[in-house]
Amino acid sequence: MTDDLGTSPDEVQFRFRDDEPADHGTVTVDACCDQTNAAAVRIEPGDDARTLLPFLDRLALIEVNFPAYGDGRGYSSARILREAGYAGELRAVGDVLIDQLSHMRRCGFDAFAPDARLDEEDAARAFATWENVYQRTVDGRRTIQESRHE
Amino acid sequence: MYQYDQYDQQMVDARVEEFRDQARRRLDGKLTEDQFKPLRLMNGLYLQLHAYMLRVAIPYGTLNSRQMIALGDIADKYDRGYGHFTTRQNLQYNWIKLEDAADILADLAKVEMHAIQTSGNCIRNISSDHFAGAAADELVDPRPYAELLRQWSSFHPEFTYLPRKFKIAVIAAEKDRAAMRLHDIGIQIVEKDGEIGARFYVGGGMGRTPMIAPMIRDFVPLDQLITYSEACLRVYNRYGRRDNKYKARIKILVHELGAEEYTRQVEQEFAHMLEQGVEPPREELERIKPFFADPAFEDGAKNVDRSDPDFALWVDRNTHRHKHDSYVSAVISLKPVGGIPGDATGTQIRIMAKLAEQYSFDELRIMHTQNVVLPHVKIADLHALWTALDAADLGAPNMDSIEDMIACPGLDYCALANARSIPLAQRISEKFDASGKTAKLGELKLKISGCINACGHHHAGHIGILGVDRKGVENYQLSLGGSEAEDTALAKITGPGFTEDGVIDAVEKVTDLYLDVREDGERFLDTYRRIGMAPFKEALYD
Repeated sequence: MTDDLGTSPDEVQFRFRDDEPADHGTVTVDACCDQTNAAAVRIEPGDDARTLLPFLDRLALIEVNFPAYGDGRGYSSARILREAGYAGELRAVGDVLIDQLSHMRRCGFDAFAPDARLDEEDAARAFATWENVYQRTVDGRRTIQESRHE
Repeated sequence: MYQYDQYDQQMVDARVEEFRDQARRRLDGKLTEDQFKPLRLMNGLYLQLHAYMLRVAIPYGTLNSRQMIALGDIADKYDRGYGHFTTRQNLQYNWIKLEDAADILADLAKVEMHAIQTSGNCIRNISSDHFAGAAADELVDPRPYAELLRQWSSFHPEFTYLPRKFKIAVIAAEKDRAAMRLHDIGIQIVEKDGEIGARFYVGGGMGRTPMIAPMIRDFVPLDQLITYSEACLRVYNRYGRRDNKYKARIKILVHELGAEEYTRQVEQEFAHMLEQGVEPPREELERIKPFFADPAFEDGAKNVDRSDPDFALWVDRNTHRHKHDSYVSAVISLKPVGGIPGDATGTQIRIMAKLAEQYSFDELRIMHTQNVVLPHVKIADLHALWTALDAADLGAPNMDSIEDMIACPGLDYCALANARSIPLAQRISEKFDASGKTAKLGELKLKISGCINACGHHHAGHIGILGVDRKGVENYQLSLGGSEAEDTALAKITGPGFTEDGVIDAVEKVTDLYLDVREDGERFLDTYRRIGMAPFKEALYD
């Protein structure tokens, strides 16, 4: 278990799911590919999310780590996982700040465990930033262009 | 031209509110300056040497009189009475107070304008051919495609924290008036077997490592334009370098992978994306197109009365052939002799707006060469237009001449600059105007940057000047042979740099050599290409 990150479950501040939160510690992407029983994994910015695609059925939690908010690779990782049909919890962890929440939500994240606790009111406002959206993503929202031509 | 509907307006309003909230949290201490910086940048707000600078987006360089008047009013109300037109077809205010920023954004939103994504590591304002919809030589108007891309790239959730900034240009003529292949993505709308589609060039750029974008796909069907763009961006977002900001642009990724491997990865992602259904409905493009339909052109005079030589000169230099033979596109030069390239006063901005209303179907364009275009002017109205422009000090007859140089703000404003650009530009235009050589030299594109970030496009100048800091003293490197047009080329450095006086003499020496040896019809660039660097070096250093 040398690859086990040994993380206690992160403190999840926002969660948009009804199921019970997974309480497993996460393993690295490499470890996840080797262990047939790992149910929770953590993706780092340099990991290729697609290496997880064969294992999505057994995963209940995928954490995407943002060591620095300015590194946007995790947004692509999240969308790729959702596009492949992953339906488990997709949790943004690390340097997760107010102004990234709305975009993260659009890329398929449904749980957030920021390093530093966020102001609840500011966060609520941030999640509600976009009443309408231009792009089709994995959140299933109808786009502006679709509304124009329905 | 394009008009917002309720949705577009709501998106911009939502952004203004979001920024107001961000500014409030910054003032409350909930956001550190480090955390606030990328947020204000994505709203066009830079901290420069002496003050904040606000960069306003002018999508594909097109705007109407009402918008132009608002820009002039903001210059007077919040700046020191000036606006500065940029090489990205945008407008910058150089003397902004942070506490006014949200109010300015609200003023802009009232006329369907904003400063969204004019900075930051995101997809920037889409640029295009400044003669789009007017030029005789275009296949179609490229702006509907640019507008489709504008919507897609605005607040894109996956591509807001890219490795580095990302610039897209769209053209639809063989003649390239937008430096298309010097963009992160350059799109040329083309026709193949009777069908319209998009040709993609990816990985061009200037900066400290200039590169010309290779073509990666010769034809993308129009109903896959957004999907293909998305694939290009996703590969970049995932694999663009993030370890070194000077190697983070997509040109480095394409260069390091090789165009073939990058293309392979894009095609793979594209195949996947096609299954995701990210393309907007085809009807959206059809909805956008009528906004760019031709105005009601009328037949009229095809020629001007040339009895006034000053007017005739301006017509020869500053007008461009229009697709309707009773019209031309008229270029308003923001390069008066000894002026600051691209600057206009609030009053001048409002005058240009009025003239557009009167003579150009209410429409204006910003050129990447920092000038303004009235795209559809009746030939019969040209004299009246010129008279009004001349009275407002906007009638300089120097388009594409050595006086029509691009210059970045340089050390007079910019926190990144190593040397001043503006005084050099002023002195060169004064010198060539006084000696009368400007006219003899004909088309000669001079471009000046005050540091290696190359905002003044010096790599693409027929003559380029780069200001560097040499042991605390401004020093200027000269380069020759660049082109931003369809014959895209990167300029080569002549040799050791010069002082400010020295580089002005050097420009004179290379242009004198050209005048001596040119053959019939050759531009400076053609002569350079024919005879090579050696004779120029000899003239400069022996």
